[in-house]
Amino acid sequence: MIWNEHAECMEREQLIKLQNERLHTMVSRLYYNVPFYRKKLQEQGIEPDDIRSINQLKDLPLTIKQDLRDNYPFGLFAVPQSEVVRLHASSGTTGKPTVGGYTRHDLETWSEVVARSLYAAGVDHNDVVHVSYGYGLFTGGLGIHQGAQKIGATVIPASGGNTKKQLQIMHDFGSTVLACTPSYALYLAETMKEIGMDPSELRLRRGIFGAEPWTEEMRKEIEQKLHIKALDIYGLTEIIGPGVAMECEHQHGLHVFEDHFLPEILNPQTLQPVPYGEVGELVFTTLTKEGMPLLRYRTRDLTSMTIEKCTCGRTMARLHKFMGRTDDMLIIRGVNVFPSQVESVLLEMSETEPHYLLIVDRINNLDVLEILVEVNESFFSDEIRQLEALTHKIKANIESTLGISAKIKLVEPKTIERSEGKAKRVIDKRLH
Amino acid sequence: MLLKQLSLFLENKTGRLSEVTRVLSENHINIAAFSIADTSDFGILRMIVDQTDVALAALKQQGFAVYTTYVVGFVITNQPGNLYQALQHLDSIAIEIEYLYAFAHNGDAATVIKTNDNELTANTLKSFGYHLLEESEQFNE
Repeated sequence: MIWNEHAECMEREQLIKLQNERLHTMVSRLYYNVPFYRKKLQEQGIEPDDIRSINQLKDLPLTIKQDLRDNYPFGLFAVPQSEVVRLHASSGTTGKPTVGGYTRHDLETWSEVVARSLYAAGVDHNDVVHVSYGYGLFTGGLGIHQGAQKIGATVIPASGGNTKKQLQIMHDFGSTVLACTPSYALYLAETMKEIGMDPSELRLRRGIFGAEPWTEEMRKEIEQKLHIKALDIYGLTEIIGPGVAMECEHQHGLHVFEDHFLPEILNPQTLQPVPYGEVGELVFTTLTKEGMPLLRYRTRDLTSMTIEKCTCGRTMARLHKFMGRTDDMLIIRGVNVFPSQVESVLLEMSETEPHYLLIVDRINNLDVLEILVEVNESFFSDEIRQLEALTHKIKANIESTLGISAKIKLVEPKTIERSEGKAKRVIDKRLH
Repeated sequence: MLLKQLSLFLENKTGRLSEVTRVLSENHINIAAFSIADTSDFGILRMIVDQTDVALAALKQQGFAVYTTYVVGFVITNQPGNLYQALQHLDSIAIEIEYLYAFAHNGDAATVIKTNDNELTANTLKSFGYHLLEESEQFNE
């Protein structure tokens, strides 16, 4: 199901022409309205009319998170505040929140891309969309809400928290689509098990999960536990919120809505574009935003891109399932380590979701990694010998995947903190 | 034919053991046998109780990693040499013993054993006239 066939199935030649025009308009808008960008462009001797093609992107300056912090709260707005009809902010883990400012037209664009996302997931006006993303300054709740409203679905603005009540509502109101973080989806499944509710008692058929990276194995687990098809939605406050990219039902990568968001994949060290298929840092230029447009914003998300046509018929570029973030990445004894790698290893060995925690420390000038793994049906044996063998097996599998050795410690259930939002997987003691 | 035993995973932290016994006491569970296999990081607690399913549910509810394991329980008359005799029978069928522990039962000695073939172990002991412990309810005193 495609919401906007004209846009989503556009011939790439036509799409590029459109992007060229929009990029030029965007650069002009930034140059004449945002002092921060004017200064940057002038420093590089670039004037708006110089920019006529997306091939010139690599000559344009990049934008990083710190730039948003330095211009907090409204320094990057390209319109007077009287035209800003909505403000959002994301919590962020350090320092000031990241602000998003939207004009009326931006809100329409946002609803449009979320509508496209819902249709890509096979959701339409007959569905009952249960939004368990937080409502408020966070873009998740209201973002999905608007898009669901646009397609005429029945929207339940459940927001986050109060899990047992959510399950009751899901049951009584007949929710067919669940929108929340993947960790929360698993938490819902765990709670269902606790209260003795079987997934067949609910009418859920689709899940739209995002706001944090999640593995293929985690997807399979969610699909199996909730009896739904689970799809990945991508977005970030800086660009617009959820709806920047979305998986179609073939689950072969996330389609970027390129008529609105121009993607690049850059080598995080050299900042040069990498060929299609290679992993790098995802960078976006907003092509149609009015309130707070951004030029070449570094998302710190790692992925790869392809422009091969998808079976669904969409011609829009696809992003591979994300491999983690450049800042989630740990460097331990000189090796790049991602918590998601640990998750993959454990999921392969376990029938239920593994709960784990990476603890990094520095002892005698050497980085050390300890991984706590909660005991469950798959990670337990009544015999010490077997339990030790299991621990060694986990250790060996992790070593071969990560490339460094780690101490594995089995811990009792529920010792590792659960979260209803993004799960915390790492404690880095070296930072103190 | 086999005896149900509870196995728990416990970290080497203060208070875990007393917490287990608190839960059992609150649920009026009588412990017949209690044994701990320890390593430097954790211990496996093995127990025979009089209401296995009740204890299992109560401990699980308190968040313990508790699972049931099937073992062979048998009675030996309380005299020197009887354990030796029983083990000789098992050696004759080349059984591998994973673990073994013993406790007093009705004036006799009872032994719990887990092997690489519990069924064969139970059948062998039965054929030599040993009384097998099968129902946990018999541990009600």
